[in-house]
Amino acid sequence: MKVGLFVPCYIDQFYPQVAVATMELLERLGCEVVFPLNQTCCGQPMANSGFAAASGGCDKNFVANFKGLDYVVGPSGSCVLHIKDHLHDDGDAAAALHIREHVYELTEFIVDVLKVEHIEASFPHKVGIHQSCHGQRGLHLSSMSELNAPSFSKPEKLLEMVKDINISKPIRVDECCGFGGTFCVFEEAVSVKMGKDRIAEHEDNSVEYITGVDVSCLMHMEGILRRQNSKTKIIHIAEILNSVVYAKS
Amino acid sequence: MQRVEHSKAAEIFNIDEPRVDWHDDTLWFVREKRDKAAHQLPEWETLRELASQIKNHSLSNLDHYLEEFEMNATKNGITVHWAADGKEHNQIILELIQKNKVQRVVKSKSMLTEECHLNPYLIEKGIEVVDTDLGERIVQFRKEPPSHIVLPAIHLKKQEVSDTFHEHLHTEKGNNDPQYLTEAARVHLRDKFIQSQLAITGVNFAIAETGGFVVCTNEGNADMGAHAASIHIACMGIEKIIPQAQDLGVFLRVLTRSATGQPITTYSSHFHRPRAGQQMHIVIVDNGRTKQLGRPDFRNSLKCIRCAACFNTCPVYRRSGGFSYHNAVAGPIGSILNPNIDMRENADLPFASTLCGSCSHVCPVKIDIHDQLWKWRQILTAEGYVASSKKVGMKGMAFVLAHPSIYRFVGKMARWALTTFPTLLANRKFNPWAKQRELPIAPKESFREWFLKNKG
Repeated sequence: MKVGLFVPCYIDQFYPQVAVATMELLERLGCEVVFPLNQTCCGQPMANSGFAAASGGCDKNFVANFKGLDYVVGPSGSCVLHIKDHLHDDGDAAAALHIREHVYELTEFIVDVLKVEHIEASFPHKVGIHQSCHGQRGLHLSSMSELNAPSFSKPEKLLEMVKDINISKPIRVDECCGFGGTFCVFEEAVSVKMGKDRIAEHEDNSVEYITGVDVSCLMHMEGILRRQNSKTKIIHIAEILNSVVYAKS
Repeated sequence: MQRVEHSKAAEIFNIDEPRVDWHDDTLWFVREKRDKAAHQLPEWETLRELASQIKNHSLSNLDHYLEEFEMNATKNGITVHWAADGKEHNQIILELIQKNKVQRVVKSKSMLTEECHLNPYLIEKGIEVVDTDLGERIVQFRKEPPSHIVLPAIHLKKQEVSDTFHEHLHTEKGNNDPQYLTEAARVHLRDKFIQSQLAITGVNFAIAETGGFVVCTNEGNADMGAHAASIHIACMGIEKIIPQAQDLGVFLRVLTRSATGQPITTYSSHFHRPRAGQQMHIVIVDNGRTKQLGRPDFRNSLKCIRCAACFNTCPVYRRSGGFSYHNAVAGPIGSILNPNIDMRENADLPFASTLCGSCSHVCPVKIDIHDQLWKWRQILTAEGYVASSKKVGMKGMAFVLAHPSIYRFVGKMARWALTTFPTLLANRKFNPWAKQRELPIAPKESFREWFLKNKG
């Protein structure tokens, strides 16, 4: 099974450790991971700002990079959702369609495609789960508080396989953190206020880390945490799932 | 009034952080009540689906049902008027007022009359219009618009209501007791009901097969008005139509559960015909609705039953307040309805969202609100209603990201600059990111560089 590793642009540049963890995790779970070297971005920053029409070059480049692979997997619910909903390439419509139908966010790929029931990892820390909206409400990675429907969570299912982890949830279990792409600068005041409120609920739970499936939300919250000189850190779920078990009895 | 961009108004709203917290908590409490009510019904999601389908069907057959409604209402003795826009709506009402030599009017809550700016229009013509919904009366005293379509005075604390009542109703200064203040409003409004000659109400549902309509209130003020006055004018948008009386069994169950978490409104009043000696009129208004109906991507925004669940759940609304949306209908639904009426004036609204999608999932008629916000952004950009600086920035970004080697160069430069001139990039005045957030710490190498070194 050939899996194309989709590393969103800001992860490539600012959070390479998340991509490393994703790659190592997928390899440990038995995938043949391919990293197409000329990938850049999914085009979401432009599209969500109203410039979807300008992201054609991005789309074309994405298709050229990920064509012919069995699956495309990325550690970001938001970017994956964008590809799933909007990727198109008039020059190679079939390849674009294949990608749209085979692109997965990391945790849904592990749960739904690899059907993994056991992960060898240990993370002896108190961790607060942040539900990233696009993964949750867009990709249905977990149930949402708005609906009267059975509860489930793919990221949580995986975290529960990790030894010694102490998982906690904020009171407003799935409120948005306020990142929202370019919203974070064009609506700076509300964006930051939303982030502060999310963080406050996690800190009320005395978490050491806030984790999630989207680095963008985590980057936003990290920026606020560091400005507040908080001891709370952010960590992507791939990094937790890739924490090797050192001490074994 | 000069409109202030949503982001600017939100920034001003956020200066008083404890007040933002209070506003946020107050509305979140309503969202929680909604959740409790919705989650108690095993058939909740089925009801939402039914409500959505009935509205879809009604919108697809609007011409037919409106005519059927007109025929049956007329048969019942109701006079039906048609208004193409807000101006015609206001004129029709003024003519009825003048023809009947009315001086004093009471009005229960109707977002349509807010949308048409009926109050200022009538007041300018020398007519006394008294809003009889408690929240609406409070904001009317304060010469403010409502900040929320269900809870018009939700932006005010009880001390502010007390001050307002002290000024207008001469209540005891500093007495913030809600019971005391409500009693004062009650006594004041009783007088207005008794003196009024004409009552205006909104319409929640107009039923084609019966020619009747339903008005929902928690205070009974629509009934007090309509029963005391000799003329009743009900105002409705064309989208309020439903085919049959039995459909109310769906809508009355979802409306108030979504709005406030109550199983049903305290008063769900069914009006079918005027009583002996009374005149009953209904004004059916388009005001841009047929235009929205003609936009395939946005047509189903007309399914809205004005419950405001999307307001209460919206993390942006809760932290920016109703006035930041500079329209009678604020919140997420307002952000997809208002650009239809005036794109230039409302070009900021579809961007006042993180696209988190909570709105679409609390919506009792399943409007895909967040998808429509996204689609409005594309249209507003294509039509040239966004700042040219944003356009240049986005086009530049698109160019960089379409060219892998330029992207890698720019990425490297960004990491280098972040390490070399951290204080320059973190300038709080010029970089909105850095105003209240630290910039990410730049790693030495990108993932690609790591990959080529270790795996290549």
